[in-house]
Amino acid sequence: MSENPVIEYKAKDFASDQEVRWCPGCGDYAILKAVQKAMPVIGVVKEDIVFVSGIGCSSRFPYYMDTYGFHSIHGRAPAIATGVKLANPDLSVWQITGDGDALAIGGNHFIHALRRNVDINILLFNNRIYGLTKGQFSPTTSLGHKTKTSPQGSIDNPFNPGELALGARAQFFARIEDINPRGMAEIFVEAAKHKGTSLVEILQNCVIFNDKVFAEWTAKEVKAENFLRVEHGKPMIFGKDQNKGLIQKGFKLEVVEIGLDGVTEDDIVVHDAHEEDITLHLMLVNLQMPMVTGVIRSVKHESFNDRMEEQIDHVRATTKYKTMDDLLSSGETWEIE
Amino acid sequence: MENTKIKELEKVVVKFVGDSGDGMQLTGTQFAGTSAFLGNDIATFPDYPAEIRAPQGTVAGVSGFQVHIGKSQIHTPGDTSDVLVAMNAAAFKAHIYNVPKGNTIIVDTDSFKRKDWEKAGYSEDPLESDDIKNYNLVKAPITTMTKKALEGIGLDNKSITRSKNMFALGIVYWLFNRPMDYTKRFLKGKFGKKEMVLEGNLKALKAGYHFAETIEALPSSFTVLPSDMEKGTYKSVMGNEATAWGFLAAAEKSGVQLFLGSYPITPATDILQEVAKHRHFGAKSFQAEDEIAGISSAIGAAFAGNLGVTTTSGPGLALKAEALGLAIMTELPLVVVDVQRGGPSTGLPTKTEQSDLLQALYGRNGESPLIVMATKSPGDCFDMAFMASKIALEHVTPVILLSDGYVANGSQPWKIKKMADLPAINPFMVQEGDNAEAYEVYQRDENSLSRKWAIPGTAGFEHRIGGLEKDALTGNVSYDPENHEEMVKTREEKVARVANYIPELDLQGAQEGDLLIVGWGGTYGTLLTAGEEVKGGGKVGLAHFTYIKPLPKNTAEVFSRFKKIVVCELNNGQFIKYLQSELPQFSYEGYNKVQGLPFSTNELTHKFNQILNDL
Repeated sequence: MSENPVIEYKAKDFASDQEVRWCPGCGDYAILKAVQKAMPVIGVVKEDIVFVSGIGCSSRFPYYMDTYGFHSIHGRAPAIATGVKLANPDLSVWQITGDGDALAIGGNHFIHALRRNVDINILLFNNRIYGLTKGQFSPTTSLGHKTKTSPQGSIDNPFNPGELALGARAQFFARIEDINPRGMAEIFVEAAKHKGTSLVEILQNCVIFNDKVFAEWTAKEVKAENFLRVEHGKPMIFGKDQNKGLIQKGFKLEVVEIGLDGVTEDDIVVHDAHEEDITLHLMLVNLQMPMVTGVIRSVKHESFNDRMEEQIDHVRATTKYKTMDDLLSSGETWEIE
Repeated sequence: MENTKIKELEKVVVKFVGDSGDGMQLTGTQFAGTSAFLGNDIATFPDYPAEIRAPQGTVAGVSGFQVHIGKSQIHTPGDTSDVLVAMNAAAFKAHIYNVPKGNTIIVDTDSFKRKDWEKAGYSEDPLESDDIKNYNLVKAPITTMTKKALEGIGLDNKSITRSKNMFALGIVYWLFNRPMDYTKRFLKGKFGKKEMVLEGNLKALKAGYHFAETIEALPSSFTVLPSDMEKGTYKSVMGNEATAWGFLAAAEKSGVQLFLGSYPITPATDILQEVAKHRHFGAKSFQAEDEIAGISSAIGAAFAGNLGVTTTSGPGLALKAEALGLAIMTELPLVVVDVQRGGPSTGLPTKTEQSDLLQALYGRNGESPLIVMATKSPGDCFDMAFMASKIALEHVTPVILLSDGYVANGSQPWKIKKMADLPAINPFMVQEGDNAEAYEVYQRDENSLSRKWAIPGTAGFEHRIGGLEKDALTGNVSYDPENHEEMVKTREEKVARVANYIPELDLQGAQEGDLLIVGWGGTYGTLLTAGEEVKGGGKVGLAHFTYIKPLPKNTAEVFSRFKKIVVCELNNGQFIKYLQSELPQFSYEGYNKVQGLPFSTNELTHKFNQILNDL
């Protein structure tokens, strides 16, 4: 492992020799490009990068990255990624997953990875549908939405991934839309910097089975009005004219217009991604209009893998068993002559 | 101490039974440890309920610990008890069936009051029955005497009552002429900081010893002289502990770090607990959120360059099936330990059985062969965990190691091994500096058919693997029909060729002749003893298997030397099915027991004699 990479990578250095096989127009292409663009900025040498995925359209991702990669089984990627990171904490470990993979079949591993705070980066491609099995509702599909397994409309309450993650004690949560290549690359760099589990929810369009599911926010004419990109330390201002903002009223956030009813910029809530208390972060992830993007929560906690290494160092220094032979001959022994 | 009448015995079986809170496991372990320390060969068998504390005084809550000690070599915990120590009426009821008439029963009369024997399901006092006259019954008010002995030392009532197991142990120590030093040392280690508890336990132990010396119910004491075991330094090991140590030893020997990802499950949990104690060797134990995460984390660790291990029991193995398929497809070094228990479903969690064999061999989707091994005794757990790791690392492949509740919780004297004497382990992996241009992910060694393991962190070897079928050379995803068939056959052949690297079958007893006893795994000790005791006059051999898939190369040749083959196993006939399909040229008779209990020597010799008579 090289400590000081001398190699200056370009995005294309991270493209593998495999032909990318998502549907034409799929949001995954933009995400792949953004990840490849972020990698040189993150600056980890290729051989120290591992992409782990489960099953689903998004999970083909590792095949397209010229790094180490593991396309595993449905839902289990958090556990596999955990094993990779614990085995070799020097690796930069990325998990690629979808809403079905992470939140349905892999829900248990997902929440426990977040709780443990292993230093892995989870990119959750949320398209609110099962794509690879051709169009069934997922745990993020909206109530009433018609899919092949909910022809009369879904009666299944959806998860909000951010809300679930914060409940599971995620210390890093960000959200970004797949039509924002620069925003994605920036967020991936932030996720990589965070030591602990980083979860990035990407609002991803499935062009075949759930086209325009996020159009309410992503359509050209509305996106500036309907997305609010938060940044730590900056007021929560949005809108084409940058004249809207959020204020806190009781237990709710409210949209106001600066200059109207005496509202000034000073009244707008300033984003604090480092706040321990999750209350405000929860309000932000649950807000539907505007939809909040950017790094919503980023709180530094010691990672599970750091704790494990510290424990190993500590017991190494104090143990009476320096080698296996010491252990094998320990305890009550006797001689047969 | 006056002990003029000491009788020598060849071997003796003592069983301690009581409520699950009475400390019978500890008492039995101490008697076994002391005897081993004196040079006896020992075998132990704990028998406890699945409930941590079932209702006090009921048969459901009875916990037992059987110890077999001998001057000659001991291979089983014994069929029947020479001495039964029963701490209450329920324990007496649950275990009296296994005490032949004429043998000694020591009871705590304080727990044989009317309410006690009624609770145990008796309609009259069992100590006043006609039947009891056939035994050498020693009535001892153990609870009362413990209380009296500990009066005034300032210990609370509950702690005083809890010391009564040491009083019982003291009686047995006198009876078998054992010194108390081993237990005194143990108690000091355990209660060193709780002086009052320590004093209470030591006092109770001595009081029991002196009580036995004084009463006339025990006219003489016995001794069992040291055994004629191989020279060397010994210690007592439990199966699960030895399994954990085998993995730690393999990690040190191979230079590959151990990663153990597991979820707690009876009777396998001890392995996880033992590895967790040894972080100082760099061993990483990880308590996962479920069985699937246990194996998945181990597979991830194996991908990243560790020896991946996961430990479980039958229900857990079922949950791990899909991930095992992934390990087969990606060909990574992984060892899965299944400490078998009674099934199906939750079954009999604390009882032993050998009923996961077919699950281990076949319980996955697709054509998914893997290496299956089994361990035959507590001490053998060390060797087999080491060998399973060696095969996993050298052949870059998953291995299932079958243990069982009987082996896992049993203990025996173990001749301490030196690391230098263990075989080398040479992981088949890419080294820094190897030619990356020439590396193909699924290129194989021409002899073993192993693919070379390249781990993250090695520059130039970046590659992608996964559960989708792979191209036979590059490892890229391939849907090519012929490639798939080739890969299926290659994976099967890779497992088959492991036969070239494992020991041949060791035939014990007659080398040819009438009856070949065939067994596998934890039944070894009983089959060996029963084989030795057959008096039918026929020529009897024992072929005991610890390598199951692939079978040792000489299996068919050994089978062909006998007129009759009897396959003995603690299930409804699983190994026999496997043998019938692998070696259909032979005919087999099955002898099966599925009661959650090990075989008894008696039932086996009876069966073998019957077969010999019918020949």
